[in-house]
Amino acid sequence: MERDYETLPLVRPGYVARSSKAGLLPLNDPLERRAKALGWFSLGLGAAMTFAPRLVARAIGLRPSVLAHTTIRAIGVRELAVGFGILAKKKPAGLLWTRVAGDVVDLTLLRRGASNGGTARALVAGASVLGITAVDVASAVQLTRHNMQERKEMGGMRVCRAITINRPPDEVYRFWRHLENLPQFMSHLERVETYGSEKSRWVAKAPLGTTVEWYADILFDRPNELIAWHSTGDSQVQNEGWVRFESARGGRETVVRAELHYQPPGGALGATLAKLFGEDPAHTVATDLRRLKQVLETGEVTHSDASIHKLPHPAQPPKSFDPSTKEAS
Amino acid sequence: MGKKNVQVEQVPDPQILNARDAIIRVTSSAICGSDLHLYNGYVPTMMRGDVLGHEIVGEVVEVGPAVLNLDVGDRVVVPFPISCGNCAMCERTLYSLCENSNPNWWMAEKMWGRSPCGIFGYSHLTGGFAGGQAEYVRVPFADFGPLKIPQEVTDDQAFTLADIFPTGYMGAEMCDIHPGDSVAVWGAGPVGLLAMASARLLGAERIIAIDRFEYRLRMAQDGAGATDVLNYEEVDVHEALTELTGGRGPDAAIDAVGLEGHAHGPLFAMDRAKQALKLETDRPVALREAIRCVRNGGTVSVVGVYGGFLDQFPMGSIVNRALTLKSGQCHVQRYLRPLLGRVLNGEIDPSFVVTHRLSLDEAPQGYTIFNDKMDNCEKIVLKPAA
Repeated sequence: MERDYETLPLVRPGYVARSSKAGLLPLNDPLERRAKALGWFSLGLGAAMTFAPRLVARAIGLRPSVLAHTTIRAIGVRELAVGFGILAKKKPAGLLWTRVAGDVVDLTLLRRGASNGGTARALVAGASVLGITAVDVASAVQLTRHNMQERKEMGGMRVCRAITINRPPDEVYRFWRHLENLPQFMSHLERVETYGSEKSRWVAKAPLGTTVEWYADILFDRPNELIAWHSTGDSQVQNEGWVRFESARGGRETVVRAELHYQPPGGALGATLAKLFGEDPAHTVATDLRRLKQVLETGEVTHSDASIHKLPHPAQPPKSFDPSTKEAS
Repeated sequence: MGKKNVQVEQVPDPQILNARDAIIRVTSSAICGSDLHLYNGYVPTMMRGDVLGHEIVGEVVEVGPAVLNLDVGDRVVVPFPISCGNCAMCERTLYSLCENSNPNWWMAEKMWGRSPCGIFGYSHLTGGFAGGQAEYVRVPFADFGPLKIPQEVTDDQAFTLADIFPTGYMGAEMCDIHPGDSVAVWGAGPVGLLAMASARLLGAERIIAIDRFEYRLRMAQDGAGATDVLNYEEVDVHEALTELTGGRGPDAAIDAVGLEGHAHGPLFAMDRAKQALKLETDRPVALREAIRCVRNGGTVSVVGVYGGFLDQFPMGSIVNRALTLKSGQCHVQRYLRPLLGRVLNGEIDPSFVVTHRLSLDEAPQGYTIFNDKMDNCEKIVLKPAA
């Protein structure tokens, strides 16, 4: 991606207002509204099935039986969960697909119920489920397409975060510009080697004790204000990013804004997997900036008895701790 | 080790984790009312095995390479907020809002929107630091927080500087007391008593203590200089305060109770029920009453601990009567030297709050005695066997 760093304004309008979670593409209103309507529909249906399974059984023409009521109640609980999920999530493509899968299950069950002595009511119920399935499929497809489009335009993952550091901009810039310093606060980096003033090699920790590495070029360097870089050649992790240093509180403090775009190994699937295992890039960048602040303001990264362990751990002295190995939460 | 379950166990000795750390051999460490909120399970993110305790006096036994102001053998009191002394908040003397001392800032941000400082032994929301109810404790930013204590100051006096005395003092200071003012204090626990004593130091003329335990009200009158005491189980507090202050209400009100307040009547029953059902995390009975009772344009100063959310908050009373609400975890480092000075020149002896001295091994009984207000308990100091 080509960018004109020379013309990047120092503060871009709308920079802060746009949340990285909301994504770049606004969702068109009818689609959003339809997804939410399906959520409410799930909730209503789920509530009826969970709390009044007998009534529902009668309405769809099933003969009353313990099995039928239990099944209806179970489906009701599923609908409630899906409904809440759809209403809570921003662009719930996955959950809409869950609805489609649910519809298929329901249709199968309905057919079985009907063949055990079905009535006209069962036929009506089947037809209604078919209709809803069509709406579900259409919405799920549209939303999935939207999300894919968005990911494509964002060029993989995109994270931006800011922090205010109680040191002047030139000092913060100098520290960052000496790229070998980065692993001091970027917990995932093992080391950065520089070749000349523009070229560098980055080695990062990856899952299962492996490492990934890439070469990067500094694309733009405006002292005390902006550093931009991108990965070069056939790097394992395609990425680009920039960090800007803005003077604050009369030059005594610096607002550091970092923006990172990258294509994680394995593309969107890799990103999803990474998220599942707790490697949420937005959280990682926010944590790294905090550590940068700690290093520049207090001299090093602050440890607590519980935070030096990778997993949740009681707040009591550790059995042993080697400050040179940076275990990070 | 679970709700209402505190145990004494062997854990590894603390080590220097950061260059600015010191290791302190604890000589006195108290049980705080806020430890009871942890004990009763009202503060989330406590883990089995967490070491409690944030009121620490002891002797320096080891210092990190960056600690130049302390020597091995120095006797120090350790402020409960962990503060770096370098960030913008510390520069503004808002030490309990230090931006660098809570490694679990993101947890606190989820709960409270933004993160305060780290605190010793006070859940993982405030960092997951091992506390001081132990033989040894690691003190981060030891080059900034701890204060050396001269020999003539006793442990029982010194430990109060870690939390309860500055907290009570800040509670009174936030009331912006003018000579002749009246101040009502809800809760005659250690912080309440020291808030009353501080209000007296700051020139309040009338100090009214409100509690339900007679022995605490006696301490308020005899030790803390309260001019009037109200037992809320016997009198209607609003009516009594109105009468005592000539119909106007006290100029300032201090809530030194916090989230586990007691009261009578249907609203309290509702609060307890909602708290049990997790529909409300805090029951603010004292705070509601303080807001209702303070005079028009008065100040409500909240030093009692609240952790989460509360219902039936009388915002209408605040807006329509132009009240000022002030609060905060104490910025202890701001008050250490001035208050040590007041102790040294004999203006006050804060150790009057101490009623029990137990060994560290007796800590579990200590929690029971303190929580259930047995044996006229006001403040327990734990002394690890030397």
